This record gives sequence, structure tokens and C-alpha cells, in this order.
Amino acid sequence: MRPGFVGRTIDGLGLLFGREPVKPTPEEMTEEARAMHAFKKTPEERKRRKTGIFAEFDDPKHSQKWRIRRWLSIFVVNGIFVASYWTDLQLVEGALTASRVLGFHFADLNSSLQLMLAHKHVVLNLLIGITTVLLIYLAFGGRSFCSWVCPYHPLSEIAEMAHRKLVEKRWVKDHPLDRRLRTVMFGVFALLAFVSGFTLFETISPVGILSRFFTYGTAFALIWIGVLLAIEVFWSRRMWCRYLCPIGLTYGMVGTVTPVRVVHDVTHCFHEGKCRDVCLVPHVLDMTKLGYSSEVRTPIGPDCTRCGMCLDVCPTGALRFDIKGITRAETPAE
Amino acid sequence: MTDVTDTENGDRPNDRPKRSRKIDEERRRFLRSIAVGGAVTCVALAGLLQHRLAHAEPRLRPPGSLDEEAFLAACIKCGQCVQVCPIEAIRLGDLDEGLGNGVPYIVARDQACDFSCDATQCILACPTGALSHEIDKKEQVKMGVAKLVEPSACLARQGKGWKGTARGAAFPGVLRYPEVDRWNAQPVAERPYDLALCDLCVRHCPIEGAIALAPLPEDPGSARRTPVVAASCVGCGVCEMMCPSTPVAIRIEVMTTGRQPEGRHA
Repeated sequence: MRPGFVGRTIDGLGLLFGREPVKPTPEEMTEEARAMHAFKKTPEERKRRKTGIFAEFDDPKHSQKWRIRRWLSIFVVNGIFVASYWTDLQLVEGALTASRVLGFHFADLNSSLQLMLAHKHVVLNLLIGITTVLLIYLAFGGRSFCSWVCPYHPLSEIAEMAHRKLVEKRWVKDHPLDRRLRTVMFGVFALLAFVSGFTLFETISPVGILSRFFTYGTAFALIWIGVLLAIEVFWSRRMWCRYLCPIGLTYGMVGTVTPVRVVHDVTHCFHEGKCRDVCLVPHVLDMTKLGYSSEVRTPIGPDCTRCGMCLDVCPTGALRFDIKGITRAETPAE
Repeated sequence: MTDVTDTENGDRPNDRPKRSRKIDEERRRFLRSIAVGGAVTCVALAGLLQHRLAHAEPRLRPPGSLDEEAFLAACIKCGQCVQVCPIEAIRLGDLDEGLGNGVPYIVARDQACDFSCDATQCILACPTGALSHEIDKKEQVKMGVAKLVEPSACLARQGKGWKGTARGAAFPGVLRYPEVDRWNAQPVAERPYDLALCDLCVRHCPIEGAIALAPLPEDPGSARRTPVVAASCVGCGVCEMMCPSTPVAIRIEVMTTGRQPEGRHA
């Protein structure tokens, strides 16, 4: 990833659409970054990191702070839909595809896109709903929808835990796919909607299926969720979110320019790769490899779902949430 | 088929130069991706295929819905119509309905729309216009048309009356009885009748003049009557719900086109 806003944004979009990360050349790095990489190669620094990494692997327990917060957020957001329906509170009416929150229209961006392509007609209420949601995710970081709202995400996360257990026991093997597939599927579903005049993706969208199941009890469609989870447990780690879901790509594009992101500070980094190991989208963390960061502090690109899993496993606080313009007061946890 | 002609088969492991494992893995990954992408596309297309090929009986859609194909496209599958309906007449489709997954429908025999909300809360709730805002009076709705599907089962045609509740004590449906409560629907199971001639379909029709009992052409002198449906019928299905006979004598014939008022197209 190249330094500076423009280079970073272009490279980040490339990663989002499925390009593989490229190691920056020394010429592309900032002077500070080059100096930092040189410093990191001194024997004392190597020794210090080695000690740190050994300590880290001796005690594999790590924080669950962000996972707990995130699961709580998903539980609360989806729970409000259900509670508000069953108690007739009318706080939030509808499902994650479209809803009314205290009377204000909300509309899922991808569902709306599919609908507009298929129906070729848009009413004002829908435009209001789209604008509201667009502004929310512009402010709170695009794919944060995926890990803080999407009800499929925690299920997939549990499937991933099972998958990793099975891989550890060598009972199954992960079958990664080409990440460009998601971009292709985005195009396929958009084209299908436009040509057929039906929102074909909505029929199989896990977000819609789960959200409607929670509120309205339409359980038959859970078969599809079961199929996806089974594939993710036994065959390909987090297949839906990583390689297929057009919703993720939609919100990823929204999160290209957003104040809420994770920032990597190479100064503290051990480069041992625990963050890449747990990450849903490890290509965005390529700068955490030794000598790969072109800046000392690098904001992570738009494909990042802001799940905080990397923050939980990072032993040095090299990865932190950052809101542009606001510096976090908290010091890195040593 | 002999090995002599088998020259173009350069892919035989022994013939080709050894590829590196990395390229092999990359090729496999690419093929896997195409297979998975193709499979997911096929699953999505299965809904379309089912819609085009399966001649399932069309669903009765909520008031104000656009013509079926436009309705399926314009519905964002959020269920807000389900939530606002005071008599819970609207249900959501599941994956077994293919493209109708998440799309609202009404089963009139179980719970018909009786316009308890004084017309069209569901339309007001719809965020996408799949239930068209062009409609603001129940008389403008066009969901279908009532039809006497089992004339021989109709009690009025047999000159019979009806004693007791319309659908039995266990029937969970509700209906607005304006003489009891202008606003709140009452359980049908709590309203017994004692009728000399059954006229439940006419008695409870929420659209004035949409259905009437007329003498039978072949037996004009007798007490027997037959329900006659007028063009103003909106297809709400109250007659279907309230018909006490088994099998039900009158049913809604669902319209898949022509649901919108004249001059407006989906």
C-alpha cells in the first residue's frame, strides 16, 4: 500500500475489489517508515521483539473486549427489531432490508440497489431511507455494518471457530477462493436484477433471511443459512463474507472515505502476524509484515470490517481504533 | 481412442513439464471460485425458474400491491406491512415460495383483510411503493374477485339458514363488526348467528354493493338465493373467511395483473 491519502485510497479500493496486496518499494515509503524499518533490523530490536513474541505465544490467552462489544451490538440491534414487534413498541419496524426507526425511514443499501435495478423506479421514502443509511455508514465506517450489525456474521464466526478446530486436527482443509469473485458476484447479481426484473439476490440474502426469521419466524429459509455454514465449517473458511457477499462490497465502497478506521502503528508492531491469522480480510493487514508498511501510521483500508479482532489479539497495541481528527487518549496496552 | 491418436492430450501428468505447486494451487483456486460463483448464481436463478415454470396458485397480496411481477421486484421484503396490520392478516413468504421469499401475502380463509384500519395502513407503511400510494380508499383496491367456486356447497342456494358461529369455536380469525365496535375487530368465534337464510358473505362485505343475494334464475319462486358478485368487488376475502360451509363455497380469484387503478401502470 502506497503512502498518502490518494495512494492509500486507490490501493485500498484495489484490495476491496480483489487485487492482491503489493509490497511497497523503498522509494514509495516515507522517510520515517524507511528509518523505522532500518531500526527494526538492528540486533537489539530483533532481540526485543523475539522476547516479546515468545512471551506472547507462551500465554496464548488474549482479550475478548471487542468481540464482546461487537456481539452485544449485533444482539441489541437485531433484538430491538424483535422486541419492538412483539411488544408493539414501534421503536424499530421492519427488517434489516428496510425499516422505520422511530418513524424515520432506513433502507439497506444493497437491497435498495437490487430493488432499483429490478423495478427501475424509486419512490421518495426509499430515497430518504437510502440517504439516512448511507450517511450513517459514511460516518461509522462502511463495512462496520458487517461485523456490528449483520446477523450472519456471528454465526459465521462460530462456524469459523469450528473450522479452525477441524483444521488443527487435520480433519479438514481450508479451500481459499479468488477474492475477485465477490466483485464478479456483485456484477452478476446487479445484472440479474436489471435483466430479469426481480431481486434475485434478496431471495438468498442471509441478512434478509435471518432478520425476517428473528421477527416473523420464517424458518424454512434457514436451510440456506445451514448450507452456507456447513460449507464454511468443512470446506472454505468464511466463504460467504470473504468471497461472495455483495452487501459487504456495497458497504465497503461506502467506507472508502470514513473517519472510523483501525490504524496500524509500525513502531509497536512485533510483525508476528497474529492479527492476520484471525482477520476476516487479512489482505488489508499486509502492512503488518516486517518491512511492508509505507508509513509509520497506516489507516486500514475499506475492506476492513472494523471488527476489532486484530485489536484483541495484538499484544502491543500497534493496532488501534482511530476516529479521524480525534486521537484516542488510551495508551497502548503493554 | 487409441494411444497413437492421443497426441493433443498434453495435460497427461507424465507429458507436461512439472508445474510449480503454487501455479497448480492458483489454478485450482480459480476453478473452485468459478464453480462456487456458478453454484450461487444457480441457486439465485432457481427462484426465477420456479416462478416461470411452476404454476402454483398465485398468492393473494395485500391491498394496493402492484401487478405481481412488479410487486415482487418492488417489495424490499421488510415486513413493515405485517407489523402495522391491526388484524394480523398479512404473512411473509418463506424460501419455499422462491422469489416470494419475504414477500407479504394474505390467506383470506384464515384471516381476511376487512379494512379494520379504515383502509390501507399497510400501504402507508410500505417504504418502496410496492403497495402503491395511489390508493387511499378501500374501494380503489383490487386484489382479486370473489367467485362462487362451489355453488353446491352454498347454503343460500340450498335455501338453508345458519345457526352458531361462522367458523366454529376454535377459529382464530377476527372481523370488524361496526355495530359492536367501530374500530376494533372482534373474534369471529365469539359471534353466533341464527339466520333463516345464510347471508354471511353479503352481511359482512366491507365494500358496499360488491355482493348481493339474488333469486336463482332456474327457481325464482323459492326462498333459495345465490350470491352475485359485482364489478366493485375488491377481493378482500371477507366472504371467503366468513363462509360457513365446508368446502368453502366462495373464494377469491387472485388477480396478478390489473390491480392498479385505471391510468396507472406498475
